Amino acid sequence: MTSVLRLTVNGRPRADAVADNVLLVDYLRDVAGLTGTKQGCDGGECGACTVLVDDSPRLACITLAVRCAGRRVETVEGLTKGGRLSRLQRAFHEKLGSQCGFCTPGMIMASEALLRRDPDPDDDAIRDALGGNICRCTGYVKIIESVRAAARMEEPA
Amino acid sequence: MTAPAKKKMAGVRLPLIDGPEKVSGRAHYTADLPHGDALVGRILRSPSGHAEIVRVDASAARKLPGVAAVVTGADCDVPFGVLPIAQNEYPLARDKVRYRGEPVAVVAAVDAATADAAIDLIELELRELPAYYTPSEARVPGAVNLHDDRDGNLERDVHHEFGDVDAGFAEADVVREETFRCAEVTHVHMEPHVSLAEYDPGRDRITLHTCTQVPYYVHLSVSRCLGMDTSQIRVVKPYIGGGFGARTETLNFEIIACLAARAAGGRVRLYLSREETFLTHRGRPYTEVKIKLGMTKSGRMTACACEAVQAGGAYGGYGIVTILYAGALLNAIYDIPAVRYDGYRVYTNTPACGAMRGHGTVDVRYAFESLLDIMAGELGLDPFAVRRANLLTVPFETLNGLRINSYGLPECLDWVEEASGWRDRAGETPSGGRVRKGFGLGCSHYVTGAAKPVHWTGEPHAVVNLKLDFDASITVLTGAAEIGQGSSTILAQAVGEVLGVDFSRLRVVASDSAITPKDNGSYSSRVTFMVGNAAVQAAEALRAILIEAAARKLDADPGDVECLGEVYRVAGSQDPGLPFNEVVREALVDTGTITAKGTFTVPKEYQGGGHRGGAVGSTMGFSYAATVAEVSVDEDTGQVTVDNVWVAHDCGYAINPLSVEGQIQGAVWMGLGQAISEETRYWNGLPLCANMLDYRVPTIVESPPIHTRIVESMDPNGPFGAKEASEGALSSLIPAVANAVHDALGVRLTETPMTPDRVIDAVIRKERDAKRAAVPGAA
Repeated sequence: MTSVLRLTVNGRPRADAVADNVLLVDYLRDVAGLTGTKQGCDGGECGACTVLVDDSPRLACITLAVRCAGRRVETVEGLTKGGRLSRLQRAFHEKLGSQCGFCTPGMIMASEALLRRDPDPDDDAIRDALGGNICRCTGYVKIIESVRAAARMEEPA
Repeated sequence: MTAPAKKKMAGVRLPLIDGPEKVSGRAHYTADLPHGDALVGRILRSPSGHAEIVRVDASAARKLPGVAAVVTGADCDVPFGVLPIAQNEYPLARDKVRYRGEPVAVVAAVDAATADAAIDLIELELRELPAYYTPSEARVPGAVNLHDDRDGNLERDVHHEFGDVDAGFAEADVVREETFRCAEVTHVHMEPHVSLAEYDPGRDRITLHTCTQVPYYVHLSVSRCLGMDTSQIRVVKPYIGGGFGARTETLNFEIIACLAARAAGGRVRLYLSREETFLTHRGRPYTEVKIKLGMTKSGRMTACACEAVQAGGAYGGYGIVTILYAGALLNAIYDIPAVRYDGYRVYTNTPACGAMRGHGTVDVRYAFESLLDIMAGELGLDPFAVRRANLLTVPFETLNGLRINSYGLPECLDWVEEASGWRDRAGETPSGGRVRKGFGLGCSHYVTGAAKPVHWTGEPHAVVNLKLDFDASITVLTGAAEIGQGSSTILAQAVGEVLGVDFSRLRVVASDSAITPKDNGSYSSRVTFMVGNAAVQAAEALRAILIEAAARKLDADPGDVECLGEVYRVAGSQDPGLPFNEVVREALVDTGTITAKGTFTVPKEYQGGGHRGGAVGSTMGFSYAATVAEVSVDEDTGQVTVDNVWVAHDCGYAINPLSVEGQIQGAVWMGLGQAISEETRYWNGLPLCANMLDYRVPTIVESPPIHTRIVESMDPNGPFGAKEASEGALSSLIPAVANAVHDALGVRLTETPMTPDRVIDAVIRKERDAKRAAVPGAA
């Protein structure tokens, strides 16, 4: 069945005709055209598709789009305001928290959720928050440094 | 006003040139490319590990509404394979299937549901054959051959002996032999495989966007298998989500996508699932290593003998190179007077193995460094002392004809010994409880670019073009595949260092066969060294052109003009000089757009010894690494936790220290996965771990702090002195962990990964042996 899905994506209200079985990741990528959110596995294994739904991290590859009706969905594209990288985006860039970049959108969104609920996380809190996000390039060392650095930065005005 | 000066671009901790796109979600990977009306491709795969194909009937599938094309093995009879001497794989199986999951047919349809329905309508009739999943099964006399031309399922055996090995063992005070078994592992690059192929029926052309490390090999394979002239093919590599060696050869799905696109007369998007990505494989083979060393009481090695057996999977791929690497790189890290190697690459009915970070060398290095530790313990020598007793001095030529010009291993050893607190660690093993702590050391090395390219054409090893135009911007054109390792950044830094211009003038365009000069690809850690040297030469050529132009304008002799990056002036003068834009305007008079070219070719004397297979392992520079691992082992659960890693890596010179650190950390961490948790497992050829939960890549939770030190030995041939930084450290970590586990428990793990079950088994075996030893007469 198809119904009209109303929600906000990165602050913009949207209304789209969406089949009930469409996954949030496919809705974001194919309907909303936001390909920043990646799919790295066959469902719920790698964390690359992590987005925020009402500030909480969610795996878009195992979330039905229609379950997000009336909610606020945020993707990695939404963190960039007026073309300026958010503090996490900047920190992942400057500290080399991103190499091939494929896990990066999910890492950044999971980190964003962490910093919203815990502005000054210690390393254990960072490890705990990113435990479901796999990165194959960095060994996570510079990811932890990136999150730590972002916590010390101000968001761009 | 400060005096004008060239911008320093080498040795700078520069974030990646393409980083902003990646962190903002704007980077387009192959799956992100617009594909509105593209057909969906789906592959039918073999349910059998080894069988004759009796019949593939796609007539019903072809009739299904919405199906644009079905292609089977009957439609392509040209085999492919990265080594010209071992091309024995068809994009879609013909006559036989040789592993579960091998592609048999492809459907292109209007949507995924139709494509899936069509797959179900294809009738596949097979006649089962005996299948072999281990080298010993495949080598049993009378076993059915996977390939007709390879009796006994032996793809290649290698027998090399350099120096007098038997005499070396005879003069040793201690000779020991041990056998190690390493599980098969795989890359798990984060981006699943995907190709977008577009066929233009009017022009009979193919454009392929694909996630490869070797766009030009893909180009050649597509040309061969589709019988199309190379000029009618364009291969583009968009952003790719890692490679680690998986994508250093043409993979079947890339050719399959092109076959489907041509058959459908349009565009086909072939997006593999994670499970299919696992099945495509090309990982590090299951390897048995029997290694024997002779040593004097002072720790000096007298001889080495090694036998390696690899389960290569069903097809050739890089197999011959892998089994040769395993032997060649017994050399070039220590000064060993005599080395014997016997290698056996065996076909098995499992997905084909290939190149994986540290290609061919990793399992042998684990065995070697473990045995060094065993013998050091027996002789009462410190593990550092044993390594130091066998260091070589440069320049050095190995027994097998490899040349070494820079050697930072001594400094690497010094740093990890100091930083890890190695000498003060005695007595730190916590008392009470069943959690034991241990420290272990491992060393390793790797090539900086294979000196002999796979396709020997006589072309240079690398070509870089620089385009300078009216806008005074400089575009670096390179075929080198940026795969996240930072190659585009490094090449821009190399050009920037020579020219000294503002970095903002530089752009890099990479890996589009219609635009960029050919490059062999991102493998064997060749790009910084080979393409970097070509970039330096191109930048020097461009600088010469600009100096000429400035001299004309300044009415001076070119020899008197100095390049200060953004300013050119007569050397030593106090003139303000000419700004860069003005020099460019002058340079373009009469010629217009300037293209400056640089090339790099590895001289013949670096291309290895004259013996058969001697080209493998040859390189212009070896990297070196030393690693200390600190582990905790729970004696009740067998869980090995790596608490800290100290790693020092000699990369010659760090053109970008930030990037080098990232590569070293990533490499040793990938070794960590192989050391403690990663293995593909099969049940009758059925992959049991073809997903990211059962195949246990370490998460951030079990990944330790990695303390990194860059050692700079300034290689005489590298660009600014640089050597490789991405692979060499990996294999030092695995023996470091094994040696640390032994330090903690007194138990030697001779298998990887060191999972709880293997640790517990080893503990039980040790306790049982101790009890037996205590009973008189019980052997």
